[in-house]
Amino acid sequence: MAQRLIAWIDQRFPLTTFIKRELTDYPTPRNLSYWWNFGFLAGFILVIQIISGVFLAMHYKPDVNLAFDSVQHIMREVNYGWLIRYIHSTGASAFFAVIYIHMARTLYYGSYRAPRELMWWSGQVLLILLMASAFMGYLLPWGQMSFWGAQVITSLFGATPLIGDEVVLWLRGDFVVGDATLNRFFALHYLVPFFIVAMVIIHLVALHHVKSSNPSGINLADKDNIPFHPYFTAKDFFGLGVFLIIFCGFVFFAPEFFIEVANNVPADPLQTPPHIVPEWYFLPFYAILRAIPDTLGGVVAMGLSILIFAAMPFLDRSRIPGGARFRPFYRALFYIFLLDVLVLTYAGSQAPGGLVAGVDVVATVIYFAVFLVLPPLSVWEERWLRARGLPPALRDLLDSATEPEAKR
Amino acid sequence: MAEKDRVDETRRDFLLTTTGVVGAAGVAAACWPFISSMNPSLAVQGQANTEVDLSTVAPGVMTTVAWRGKPVFIVHRTPEEIAAMAATEGGKDPATDQSRVQEAQWLVVIGLCTHLGCVPNKTKAGWLCPCHGSVYDNSGRVLHGPAPRNLDVPPYHFVTQDKILIG
Repeated sequence: MAQRLIAWIDQRFPLTTFIKRELTDYPTPRNLSYWWNFGFLAGFILVIQIISGVFLAMHYKPDVNLAFDSVQHIMREVNYGWLIRYIHSTGASAFFAVIYIHMARTLYYGSYRAPRELMWWSGQVLLILLMASAFMGYLLPWGQMSFWGAQVITSLFGATPLIGDEVVLWLRGDFVVGDATLNRFFALHYLVPFFIVAMVIIHLVALHHVKSSNPSGINLADKDNIPFHPYFTAKDFFGLGVFLIIFCGFVFFAPEFFIEVANNVPADPLQTPPHIVPEWYFLPFYAILRAIPDTLGGVVAMGLSILIFAAMPFLDRSRIPGGARFRPFYRALFYIFLLDVLVLTYAGSQAPGGLVAGVDVVATVIYFAVFLVLPPLSVWEERWLRARGLPPALRDLLDSATEPEAKR
Repeated sequence: MAEKDRVDETRRDFLLTTTGVVGAAGVAAACWPFISSMNPSLAVQGQANTEVDLSTVAPGVMTTVAWRGKPVFIVHRTPEEIAAMAATEGGKDPATDQSRVQEAQWLVVIGLCTHLGCVPNKTKAGWLCPCHGSVYDNSGRVLHGPAPRNLDVPPYHFVTQDKILIG
């Protein structure tokens, strides 16, 4: 019966061939490490966020007089409302953690290089959409941090030359962040995930066209590829188990870890809390914004600090495969950058002024310097590695300069 | 080929271009109502002014009122503060204290930092913004920090000796 049904569908829709081609038989490099689990995890969190978000929306009220109380209503009165909300709030942090590791892996192994530039760029769009969605979602509980975070970030658009004030007024729909702002943020917070899903599909179509990169950086193609199922379904699900242990640890034992205490106070447009900080995942960019004494300059630097990743395929001039693994200087640069981002995260979390201000400026300069140093360094490094003598097989590969085509 | 079957390429290009331009203009025009709908509604624009009774504000005390949802600081300045402010021109955005007040003892400024719109906290010497550390004096003039301008002075006038109308 089931077989006859599938046969009936297959005549009308390529169900079996699609599943075989894109899932079960999908060729995957056999040497993928656990660093390659994070794309799947990000997809999993997206599903969690959409499901928990839809159920929260059934009880939430986007109105300045009701929003804060409706979140309390969810927490105290709705059956399992606390669980759904904590899954959603922890999920936001988990999403960024997983995406940042996913990006770090791509940077470390140089997976952004040809032919995967469009994957990197669609990923860049996904990051910006994720940031937009997180920022707008953060206003919805209508606590003090929600309000002042939105007030500060919408004010950033006031740095637009000539029409800054009009742009801010248009974004808020009010003279300050108010009812109109809350309503539209709710509408857009519900909308953006649809764009994310669409972009994820584009990201995956590109992936299934160029196939996964791998730690060696050499396209193994048919020689060493193995079917996705059962090898990587098993590996992804094992990783998922580990992830869920950590995720549930936060949801059930430290759900307030990612929630600022000040956000448990209803928004007060007449009083800014003594110390406002963005969520942890925005801290490095916030620190860069603060490092520049000029508003427009700060906004431009902050925007650039996110967008500059898109230039990586152009900035990295080396053709040595495997990224940082086989490139000692690139590896040093990678770790300097990683450390610098941690320093910026710390600087962004501190009150302005004093010693932190100096650290912030230095770390911001290093952040951009790393990207500027990369083009000459990568060219010089490739020459240096060649002069030291590459394995003959690798040298032939570099000289032939074309990757073997994967057979389907 | 008969004369009437000939394709007039110029005419075809012209029609294609004009159709494209008119179509694009139509799409742009259709976007306008949606973009415009995001601007402040009439109800929001309606909350235009706020009346404040100053008789309850003692010298040396600041009160905060809401005007169009924005906080407005009203400071009843002491003679010492007035003298100190009259003696300087501020810092980054020089202005005389006189140009920023109507009555020297009443300083009325919008309580939003001109950097990114946080509400500065009152200190003895003026204000300190908790977000990015801009410092203002008792005339609302920025001394240092990232703020580009002095605290804005809202439009207001004295209705009576101790009552002002903001807006």
